[in-house]
Amino acid sequence: MKSLKRKIDALKPHFEKGGKLEKLHSVYDGFYTFLFTPNETSSSGVHIHDANDSKRTMITVVIALIPCLLFGIYNIGYQHAMATGADMAFLQMIWYGLLKALPQIVVAYAVGLGIEFIAAQIRGHEIQEGFLVSGILIPMICPIDTPLWMIAVAVAFAVIFAKEVFGGTGYNFLNIALVTRAFLFFAYPSKMSGDGVFVSLGDAATVDAYSGATPLGQIASSTDGGVQLLNVAGEPLTFWDTFIGLIPGSWGETSTLFILVGAAILLLTGIASWRIMTSAVVGGLVMSAVAHYFATPLYPATLIDPVQQLCLGGFAFAVVFMATDPVTACRTNVGKYIYGFMIGVMAIVIRCYNTGYPEGAMLAVLLMNCFAPLIDYCVVEVNIRRRLARTKANV
Amino acid sequence: MSKASKIAFLNPLSKENPVIVQVLGICSALAVTTKLEPAFVMTLSVVAVLALSNVIISLIRKTIPTSIRIIVQLVVVAALVVMVDQVLKAYNYEVSKQLSVFIGLIITNCILMGRLEAFALNNGPWLSFLDGVGNGLGYGMILVIVAFFRELLGSGTLFGYQVVPDSWYEMGYMNNGMMILPPMALITVACIIWVHRSRNKELQEK
Repeated sequence: MKSLKRKIDALKPHFEKGGKLEKLHSVYDGFYTFLFTPNETSSSGVHIHDANDSKRTMITVVIALIPCLLFGIYNIGYQHAMATGADMAFLQMIWYGLLKALPQIVVAYAVGLGIEFIAAQIRGHEIQEGFLVSGILIPMICPIDTPLWMIAVAVAFAVIFAKEVFGGTGYNFLNIALVTRAFLFFAYPSKMSGDGVFVSLGDAATVDAYSGATPLGQIASSTDGGVQLLNVAGEPLTFWDTFIGLIPGSWGETSTLFILVGAAILLLTGIASWRIMTSAVVGGLVMSAVAHYFATPLYPATLIDPVQQLCLGGFAFAVVFMATDPVTACRTNVGKYIYGFMIGVMAIVIRCYNTGYPEGAMLAVLLMNCFAPLIDYCVVEVNIRRRLARTKANV
Repeated sequence: MSKASKIAFLNPLSKENPVIVQVLGICSALAVTTKLEPAFVMTLSVVAVLALSNVIISLIRKTIPTSIRIIVQLVVVAALVVMVDQVLKAYNYEVSKQLSVFIGLIITNCILMGRLEAFALNNGPWLSFLDGVGNGLGYGMILVIVAFFRELLGSGTLFGYQVVPDSWYEMGYMNNGMMILPPMALITVACIIWVHRSRNKELQEK
């Protein structure tokens, strides 16, 4: 570590004012502060620094994502083995998944960070760390067979049009990862939904009873009113399969169990808002209970019982990792309850009553992202009015 | 060409472009730009209606009572639009089907009323004619640029002819379905505005 620091320090003069590479100084600063804590202090005034800066916040979220990531990688191999009937050992499955997942992660990071670096250079800003989390989230919410160039195009679109044009990290009003996902979903629907994209088959032949439909896909297309969910090899799925996440889906978000582990990390470290998470879960439960009470075969998704609803699709992942994004969520505490609750409700409403979309979590979060500033505004105004009335009453 | 007519004709093409500077006529820019052909026909129709109505209003500008000028303008525009619509139906039925209601809606296109009110009522017929053609072309220029990108990226064709080679599709290239949807028309217009403003710094809002 020390020798690395010495080497990097030796490069510093090139990047300082008057140096050869002066223009790239923000790149240097970005890497330097990523690796080491800078020892420069403020030169004027009194400043209070919290060790929990945005780099540490981002890294904590990435750490919270790692359980889901590892399980997702394993599940890619597991689904592959089950769909093709191949006899694979545990490590083989992980290796298979890793080979599929890693290129997606590399592409998402390379394109996103590349654009951020260029934008920072043009503006003369410091490089922000905003993409650290988005870059890992994006591949995890995509089907495993998404072509890499599509991910690159979508990431470029999202970073430029949802983030940089609004002023960069911290100014985006929509969640970047979800904009990427929504772009992919609307631009290339055949690669983003349906039965053929969620299980990585490679070139291998499938078992006879194979169906690549996700549980929610099966429900959305069921016509007989039955909701017996099947796995990729045509065997019935239990509640525990869907809870642990051994089901096909966008590869990082199938496992409710490991999402809960991530949620625990986020809540214990105080990074994510428990208000948003709990109110979103309550919202989802309430809405699915209502939908289940008025269950009708016309809308097959209403037949699933409420607790199972929350374990299927991207709901849990969206609630824990997307809805709690501090930049795009509400800032006021009351606002957070409303915001979270509405995400839960809208996700289930879209999932149950819009048969065109098997899953609604993505659209629900994006929709509430748009409303978050309005909710905050109303909460603040109500508070001002309440306090004005109180002052008047006291005078 | 005198200086005044140069200004009347050239200004709407860039510095006072109706779509990207005045932000008028956006709804039809969204609706008819999924393919180049309808965008092109729409451009011609708007140029024709705008130029002729500008000339007619300019000719009778001294006889129109101010209190009913909007009605007179509407009558003139409506008559011209109906004529354009009939011509299209007679000679290019396919495109007229694609444009459907949007030819009729030229009547409500803000650019028309704007030019009649702001220009034709105060200027002679020749200048008004140039102003009409200029504004129509300024509008159509943006339409065609937007339609070019939307058709190329969304359908892989230009004027209905496939331009993206089959070998690309075999390699895994896919048309971008989002380009066909209205949001991408707005984003494409936004990109044009972006480029235009960064080239014309005096237009940038503070």
